[in-house]
Amino acid sequence: MPLLAFVVIVFGVPMLVLLGGTFTKEGTFSTANLTESLQGAYLTALIGSVKISALVAVLGGVLGTILAQAVVTSRFRALREAVLTASGVLANFGGVPLAFAWIATLGNSGVVTTTLGLGEHGWSLYNFWGLTLVYLYFSIPLQVLTVVPALDGLRPQWREAAQNNGASTWQFWRYVGVPVLTPALLGGVVLLFGGAFAAYATAQAMVGSTVPLVTLKIADALSGNVLIGHENVALALSLDMIVIAGLVMAVYLPLQRRSARWLR
Amino acid sequence: MASLTPQVTTQVSPGTAPRRGGRPRRPRVWRGVVLVLAAVYFLVPLIASFVFTVKVPDGGFSLDAYGQIFAAEGFGTSLLLSLGLGIATIVLVLLLTLPAAVAVRLGAPRLRPVLEVVCTLPLVVPPITFVAGISMVLRWGPDYLASTPFYQTIISLQNPDFPVVLVLAYVVLALPFVYRSLDAGLGAIDVRTLSEAARNLGASWPHVLLRVIIPNMRSAMASASFLTLALVLGEFTIARLLSFQTFPVWIYTISGSQAQVSVAVSVFSLLITWLLLLALSSAGARQRSGS
Repeated sequence: MPLLAFVVIVFGVPMLVLLGGTFTKEGTFSTANLTESLQGAYLTALIGSVKISALVAVLGGVLGTILAQAVVTSRFRALREAVLTASGVLANFGGVPLAFAWIATLGNSGVVTTTLGLGEHGWSLYNFWGLTLVYLYFSIPLQVLTVVPALDGLRPQWREAAQNNGASTWQFWRYVGVPVLTPALLGGVVLLFGGAFAAYATAQAMVGSTVPLVTLKIADALSGNVLIGHENVALALSLDMIVIAGLVMAVYLPLQRRSARWLR
Repeated sequence: MASLTPQVTTQVSPGTAPRRGGRPRRPRVWRGVVLVLAAVYFLVPLIASFVFTVKVPDGGFSLDAYGQIFAAEGFGTSLLLSLGLGIATIVLVLLLTLPAAVAVRLGAPRLRPVLEVVCTLPLVVPPITFVAGISMVLRWGPDYLASTPFYQTIISLQNPDFPVVLVLAYVVLALPFVYRSLDAGLGAIDVRTLSEAARNLGASWPHVLLRVIIPNMRSAMASASFLTLALVLGEFTIARLLSFQTFPVWIYTISGSQAQVSVAVSVFSLLITWLLLLALSSAGARQRSGS
C-alpha cells in the first residue's frame, strides 16, 4: 500500500535518524547524549514541561468536566449547541495567534492589564502560571468535547434505578456515575497532557525562554543557539519526549476501549 | 430537572413538581455561575485583542491596524505559500488515505490494526521531535548522498518557494484526522454492496473508486480537507524550525516590530480559521439531522 510506504519513508526515516543520532557521539556508539539530556538545565526543562502539562491536564480535566456537566444538564438546547460548537473551534485555537491574543489581553501593555492597573501589583503573564492560564484556553474546550458524549451516555434510568434503591445523590456519583465516567475523564486528561506537552508555538511566542520547557530547549539546540555539537543532545531530548508521550498515550488506548463499552 | 430526561417526563403526569424535592434550586445557581465564569474566561481575551488592535494611544478608535495588514511586507507571499501548501497537502493526503481506507474495508481487514497504529503514531510523537528528525535527515543528506542522484532530491525538497518537505511533514500530521474522518464516512455507506454492484455491472476498480465511492464520500472528504487546511494554516513548529516563511511564522516575525499589526493579523487569521471550522461543524450538524 502506498500509504504505508509513504509513512515509512517520511515518518520512519526521521525517527530512525533520531534514534541513531541519540546514540552517536563523535561517530561512535555512546549513551553520553542521553545522559546529558537528563542532567542540569535539560532535566529542569524536562521536569518543567511535565509539571506544566500535568497541571494543565488536571485543571483542564476538572474544569472542563464541570463545564460539560453544566452544559449537559442545561435545559436550553441552543446553549448546548453553542458551547459545543465554540469548544470545537477553541480546542483548535492554538499556536501563535493564541499567544498574541493573550499578550494583547494580559501582557505588560495588554488591555486588561492597563485598565485594571495590574502591572503595579506585580502581575506578569510571562511565567509558569501565565502559561498555564493560556494553555487552559484550548485544554478546557478539548475536555468538554471529550466528556460530553460520556455524560450524555450516563442514562437517566441509572440514576432513577439508584434512587429507587434508596441511594443518595452522593452515593449515585460515588458508585455509578464516576466509575462509568472514569475512562472518559482520564482519557481526556491524557489528551490534554499530550497537547500541553507538545505545545511549542504558544510558548515560543509568549515566554521565549523564561520558562524552562523541553520543546523550547530542543528548538534552541536545533537552530544552533547553543554550543555547536549539541544537536545530538536535542535528538536525545526528543527521544525523552517521545518516551514520556508514548507512556502517557499507552494509558489512553485501553481506557478508550473500556469507555466505549458503556457508551453505546 | 425533569425536562432534561425526556424518557422520564412522559411517565410523570404533567404539572407534577420535580420529583427530587431535596434539591430543587441549588443546581441551577451552580450552573449559572459556571457558565458565566466560562464565558468571561473565553470571551475576554477575544474582546481584549480586538480592543487592542483598534485602540490609539490618545484614546481614540481606528481600524488602521487592519489596513496595515495588507500593506505589510510578506503578508501576501506567506499567506499564498501557506494556502498552496494546504492545497498540496490535502490532495496528497486524500490520494494516499482514501485508497488505503477503502482497501482495508474491502480486501484486507487484517491490515486494519496496522493502519490504525500507523495513523495514531503522529499523535504520540510531538511535532517538535518529528522536525528534529527531519532536520537531521536534511542536514546529513548532503554529506552522505552528495555523489548520488538523491542529492538533487534533497535540495529540491527544500526549495524555499515551495518547500515540498513541509507538504510531506504536514501529510503525516494530518493523517490521524483524515483517516478518522474518512473511515467514519466509509462506515456510513455500504461500501461492499456498492462496489460489488458496480463491479457486477462491469466497472473497473478505478472507475468504482472515482464514480461510486468518492461521490458518496463527499462530506467526509470535505471535512477531512477543512481540518487539514486549518492545520496547515496554523502550523508553526515545523515551518519555523526548518526556516520557511509560512503565514504563522510571518506573524511571529513581524510581532517584534509591529505589535498592533501582529495582533490584528492574529485576530484576522482566527476569523478565517473559525469560519472554516464553523462551516465544517454546521455542515456536519446538517448532515446528522438529515440522516
